[in-house]
Amino acid sequence: MQASNTRLRAVLLRCAQAIPVVIGVVVISFLLTRALPGDPAVYFAGVMADEASIEETRVAMGLDKPLPQQFVAYVSDLLRGDLGMSLTSGRPVATDLANRLPASLELTLTALLLACAIAIPLGVLAATRPGTWVDHLCRVVVTAGVSLPTFFTGIVFIFVFYYILGIAPSPLGRLDFIYLDPDHITGFYLIDAALTGDWETWRGAAKQLILPASTLALFTLAPIARMTRASMLTALSSDFIRTARAAGLSGHKVLYTYAFRNALLPVVTTLGMVFSFALGANVLVEKVFAWPGIGSYAVEALVVSDYAAVQGFVLAMALLFVLLNLIIDLLYTAIDPRIGFDSK
Amino acid sequence: MTEVTTRRNFLKMGAAGASVLPFLKAMPASAQGADTMVVVVGQTINSLDLHRSGTSRAAYQVGINCYDRLVSFGTKEAIGGGLSYDYSVIEPELAESWTVSDDGMTLTFKLKPEAKFWDGRKVTAQDVKWSFDRAVSVGGFPTVQMKAGGLERPEQFIAEDDDTFVIKLDRPSKLTIPDLAVPVPYVINSVEVQANAAADDPWGLEYLHTTPAGSGAFKVTRWSPGEQLVYDRNDDWAGGPLPALKRVVIREVPSPATRRALVERGDVQMAFGIPDKDAAELADTIDVFSTPVENCIHCLCPNFSFEPFQDANVRKAIAYAVPYEDIFQTAAFGRGLSLYGGEAEIPEGDIAWPRKTQYDTDLDKAKELMAASAYPDGFEVPLSISLDLASWMEPTALLVQEALGKIGIKVEIEKIPGANWRTAVLVEKRLPLHLENFGGWLNTPDYYFFWAYKDGHLFNSSNYRNEEIEELVDASLHMEMDDPAYAPMIKRMFDIALEDLPRIPLYQPALNVAANGAEGYEFWFHRQLDVRPIKVT
Repeated sequence: MQASNTRLRAVLLRCAQAIPVVIGVVVISFLLTRALPGDPAVYFAGVMADEASIEETRVAMGLDKPLPQQFVAYVSDLLRGDLGMSLTSGRPVATDLANRLPASLELTLTALLLACAIAIPLGVLAATRPGTWVDHLCRVVVTAGVSLPTFFTGIVFIFVFYYILGIAPSPLGRLDFIYLDPDHITGFYLIDAALTGDWETWRGAAKQLILPASTLALFTLAPIARMTRASMLTALSSDFIRTARAAGLSGHKVLYTYAFRNALLPVVTTLGMVFSFALGANVLVEKVFAWPGIGSYAVEALVVSDYAAVQGFVLAMALLFVLLNLIIDLLYTAIDPRIGFDSK
Repeated sequence: MTEVTTRRNFLKMGAAGASVLPFLKAMPASAQGADTMVVVVGQTINSLDLHRSGTSRAAYQVGINCYDRLVSFGTKEAIGGGLSYDYSVIEPELAESWTVSDDGMTLTFKLKPEAKFWDGRKVTAQDVKWSFDRAVSVGGFPTVQMKAGGLERPEQFIAEDDDTFVIKLDRPSKLTIPDLAVPVPYVINSVEVQANAAADDPWGLEYLHTTPAGSGAFKVTRWSPGEQLVYDRNDDWAGGPLPALKRVVIREVPSPATRRALVERGDVQMAFGIPDKDAAELADTIDVFSTPVENCIHCLCPNFSFEPFQDANVRKAIAYAVPYEDIFQTAAFGRGLSLYGGEAEIPEGDIAWPRKTQYDTDLDKAKELMAASAYPDGFEVPLSISLDLASWMEPTALLVQEALGKIGIKVEIEKIPGANWRTAVLVEKRLPLHLENFGGWLNTPDYYFFWAYKDGHLFNSSNYRNEEIEELVDASLHMEMDDPAYAPMIKRMFDIALEDLPRIPLYQPALNVAANGAEGYEFWFHRQLDVRPIKVT
């Protein structure tokens, strides 16, 4: 009881600490988008627009007002939960994010699970049998993973599995056009379809997910496998393992209870980092597989100086990272009881 | 409407409109019927209302497929295969007939009595007036486009009775009726909009943004920007022959490689707006339509505000140094039409534009001209290109850079982000040497010259001014093309423009469309897909 209270307090404290971060993000994202080159009013007035119609567009977008006034308007909208209208998609940014963030998260999380399922056993095996074929295989996979850009792997996968072999479904985004989107509950198609018991759509969504998730997994498994291997090697050569072995504990117990658990901390740290860069880096995968995710949304918004969309994206990402860091910290304490919240 | 479409009522809608459609929960792609087509495109449809500011070009297709105009253009065989709209033939769409008064100042349209909006209400002249008032009042692109046809103020539009609509012009113009056939002046169900629009939004900009209200051949049943748009046929369409397709799914696929794989495999029936390279490579295996875009030229523009370019010899030297054929093959992959190596003498009565210029790649002549200029030792100049248009601008710029290097002009390529491009090139007109790609919707040479050669006009990015051109454009812009004075004026404009060279024509680009299992594709000046005449095979 006492312990869970401390933990709850610590979580709340961490959340409170995130507030200045979020305020900073709001200010910086506002200023940075304004510092972008380009004039959105000109862009959105259209190619044939004359001076008068550009001015009308500027007024309609509220860009004729001085910066502080724009900022106040932005913040007061934000407090009411209104992220503004995206000009590129023509819809409220909040709606866009609600649709696209789950799409990206679904792809990234699936890819990460896949990557972990391959990379961690591979890393452990490579560490326990250094210099053998497993170790070499690990090295080859890791090198291939980091050296092949995702858009290239993506196109090769489409070429081989869709175009030549015809076993993959059409790379048409989250669902082929013959399916209807499952009812929006979480925004994760696999979860929504499962919750509503619509297994046909679930299969459809899962099929669409395989190629892009594999592409992204190949890219993300490299750092995870390397880190697992390295930290396992360190753990296995440390004193307490030698002691455990000398004490006659079984190889299995030594490996998993003592070495692996200790090696897991750096792996979890890496996972957090991999997750964050995968979420940003999957823009290329999204483009290739027509995946309606957040990365391609942000890039398109940036290209045309769509302020509201860029700000909304940055803010959503900032909140996501605050959450992610919190989860990783909690995982630390679960893995290694020596790490307490008090020390942070 | 699209927002509240649930799975259940969506299926019902499908069942009501069309008997067997592959939108059941799941069905293999092979079961797709002969009345459904899937099209992949690269751009986002960001609004269902063309009149809204910020509507993307890709979204214009909703204005074409879901709404009717008073009139439309005819059809002809296109250069490069397939069909094209025919600028010279005006056909009825919502109007049954029309008359022009003897002085050309009053146009009277009789509406088709059978034309109905989707909600079953008859299309009336009041709806036409409201829609035209909207187009000239909301500002931005629709207002500019209406002005091109002399349609500027709501007072010009009169609904005489339910079936009779009258336009009063300030001056007769040959551009007015064609301008009624462009996507902008479409007819909206004004009663529905006024009943649903918010009080502070008299033109229903927010309502029509998500909910089209028209009388056109197709209705939008689903729309998720960045993903897809689904059209379902309006079986009561009165604007023309009933389309063969009952449902058209427009899927957005950003990667050109993926679009190509999809159409090549036949899982989608059409890839709209594919790159020139893919068009050239796919032409042997599936149907590829590469239609040269009418009244559009990719140009190299020397800016008159940059001192060396005020020297006529320098501009001509550049025109002789440009490697036209290499550019046409490398940047356009031979799609479109080359525009070099023509006759200097323009035959009597020939008003074809774009046309082959008298220039060809001739380095000796270019060097002679440079030697005769005020800059025999050459000079340095940046050549600006837009990153958004890099697919043709980048290879072109590299070839121009290499060629101009041979005549002593040291060129440095400057890449400008898409968001800044328009301001730099068209508004500030500050780029000394740049590439430009204007194309006019209304297909007459004077219209092109009006935008691209008149001083201060938007696409005259070279700051060119010639008094005679100013007069000739003003005089010919509204003149009938069969007027005996017209052709000689146009010939004179061509002579001056190709002698002065504020824009050096490189080639006429093409719009590429790949079809695999669809026929009847028709090219339109607006470069968007008109799904109405298409059939799947």
